[in-house]
Amino acid sequence: MKPKVAIFSLTGCEGCSLAILELEDRLLDILDAVEVVNFREGMTERTWDIDIGFVDGAVSTPQDETEVRHIREHCTTLVAIGACACLGGLNTLKNHQPEEDYRRYVYGDRAEWFPTITARPISSVVKVDYELPGCPMIKEEFLRFVTHALAGRTFTLPDHAVCVECKKRGNLCLYEKGEICLGPMTRAGCDAICPTYGSKCEACRGILNEDVLKAAGINLREQYNVELDDVLADLQLFGAYQAKALP
Amino acid sequence: MKTVTIDVKQVTRVEGHGNIAVKVEDGRITKLELQIVESPRFFEAFLRGRRWYEAPHVTCRVCGICSVGHTTASVKAIEAATGIQVSEQTRMLRRLILDAEHLQSHVLHLYFLAVPDFLGVGSVIPLASTHPDVVRRALRMKKLANDLCAAVGGRHIHPIAEHVGGFTHLPSQDELIDLKRRLEASRDDLKLTAELYATLDLPDFQRPTEYIALRCCGNGEYALYDGRIVSTLQPEPTEASEYRRRLIESVVKHSASKHVRSPHSEAYMVGALARFNVNANRLHPAARDLARRLGMAPVCGNPFHNNSAQLVECVHVTEDAIELIDALLTRGVAVEPLVRPERFGRGVGAAEVPRGLLIHEYELDDKGLITAANLIIPTGQNLANIEADMRAMMPSMLAADMSREQMTHRLEMLVRAYDPCISCATHFLDIEWQ
Repeated sequence: MKPKVAIFSLTGCEGCSLAILELEDRLLDILDAVEVVNFREGMTERTWDIDIGFVDGAVSTPQDETEVRHIREHCTTLVAIGACACLGGLNTLKNHQPEEDYRRYVYGDRAEWFPTITARPISSVVKVDYELPGCPMIKEEFLRFVTHALAGRTFTLPDHAVCVECKKRGNLCLYEKGEICLGPMTRAGCDAICPTYGSKCEACRGILNEDVLKAAGINLREQYNVELDDVLADLQLFGAYQAKALP
Repeated sequence: MKTVTIDVKQVTRVEGHGNIAVKVEDGRITKLELQIVESPRFFEAFLRGRRWYEAPHVTCRVCGICSVGHTTASVKAIEAATGIQVSEQTRMLRRLILDAEHLQSHVLHLYFLAVPDFLGVGSVIPLASTHPDVVRRALRMKKLANDLCAAVGGRHIHPIAEHVGGFTHLPSQDELIDLKRRLEASRDDLKLTAELYATLDLPDFQRPTEYIALRCCGNGEYALYDGRIVSTLQPEPTEASEYRRRLIESVVKHSASKHVRSPHSEAYMVGALARFNVNANRLHPAARDLARRLGMAPVCGNPFHNNSAQLVECVHVTEDAIELIDALLTRGVAVEPLVRPERFGRGVGAAEVPRGLLIHEYELDDKGLITAANLIIPTGQNLANIEADMRAMMPSMLAADMSREQMTHRLEMLVRAYDPCISCATHFLDIEWQ
């Protein structure tokens, strides 16, 4: 029996669902190995007997909350894909402003027509079995997850920081250029794509653990002459870290 | 007289969440709505307080399908707000990556979202076994477009290297040569796509409307990267910075995306068909040829021909990308530092993205922090026009005694023909500029 797979979207850009379609070289192999039973963005048929459900997007409205509970009930395995589903993503930026204020700013006196709640990862509402973080999700990691699932093996995320992959690619460290980068505290698995293309890491795959965050905080304070407020603003971007100060 | 209720929850094979609700009582339409139930996302609100250079990086996350388009409008708006003039090389690379996104988005829409309707299947998945050549071709074309995006911007979904002031990474000469070779080879795939498309039976429906698009005034370019706002009803160009004279927004209850109208009409259309209707004479000759063979001539008033216009544009952007790569190879691609801001103020950026005219506007304080933002999204502009089309289609469908299922299918096909991007469309706001 092929595993029955579904893809759902909550509040987000649906880029992670799209990333699956961008696995062009492997898509037919995947379709051969699984049965897609529910994917609104790509197909008309929809059923609710699901072995593995992938969800992109954050919980950001009352409907999202209801929907993700409904999805959980019908999926044996639930996988959060992308920064929005795993961390809350960019949606969490609104959490730093008073609700009344951001709603009125966008919809004026019609704000009550469009309900919203504090943006949060789906794991804050339902049990999540696996997370594939990143903005967008890393396609190769998705493929690795699917391969593991088909073989019945346990999937784990890399447990080292982005710096490891960045060094392997031979990139010049952005701190050496006097810039900020969140690579030292962020979970690897992206092959350091942002520094490789000349941009800093912004922790879209989330903080690796409390220890690396602490160590990076000490380095930033004692060794590098950078604005800590800028570091915190970067850490906020994808919801990786919401506190007002580094530990 | 006939009484019909159509209630489609979550139209499939579109990007984002939308419902169709139609009620006909005694032959009279009493309700007709394309309901936008996508979550509001409040980009314009949470951009406030963020730093100037983050705008493109944040707003590309409005939409996974058109993230290059959002990046393009955003970098241009911030550059207008900061007095930055980019180099010719930057302009060429931006045109190249935007061409690639049009190609990727149109191929996705034609093969994955629209074609299943015409072949009588629910998705592209069953086609993998019944029409494997078609699916492999679609994937090959999509991959080429993605690889082109990746060579220029690092990746297609949420590009990395495209910044305010220039690029932080450049494609190598070898990459450009290889991509050019693949683009040339893809002419065969485009030809086969056109042959397949010619066998599809487009619904015959005419409702000409106002078509709005950018038009290049200084040069003969088919406007995608820049231009001024024109329409089929008002060909006198308006600078993008004056967009409020051409586009008027309003909030309606059944849509988390604002509706937009023009001073000339209650509803207008943007997107591939609008661009074709405004700029057909600027298309590459090969694209013009195909349009002729598809029986299209401006002004074309059948919204289902938006699919045809997308196909015509696939040919155009492929030829344009080949020419751009040739020009880049001839002049050589050189490392350039990002151009830095001269001041902080207000700026507007406009671009033609796959689904139509996109506008970003920002205001920056003296520290370069964003204090106000406005994004006008193509799908939001099309919503009123889709509803007007549905309203116009209903009487003939009722007269032809179509079943409820047939009518529903036809309405869904219409919505899909516009290739709506509903996630994108829910980021509107009303804003008072101080």
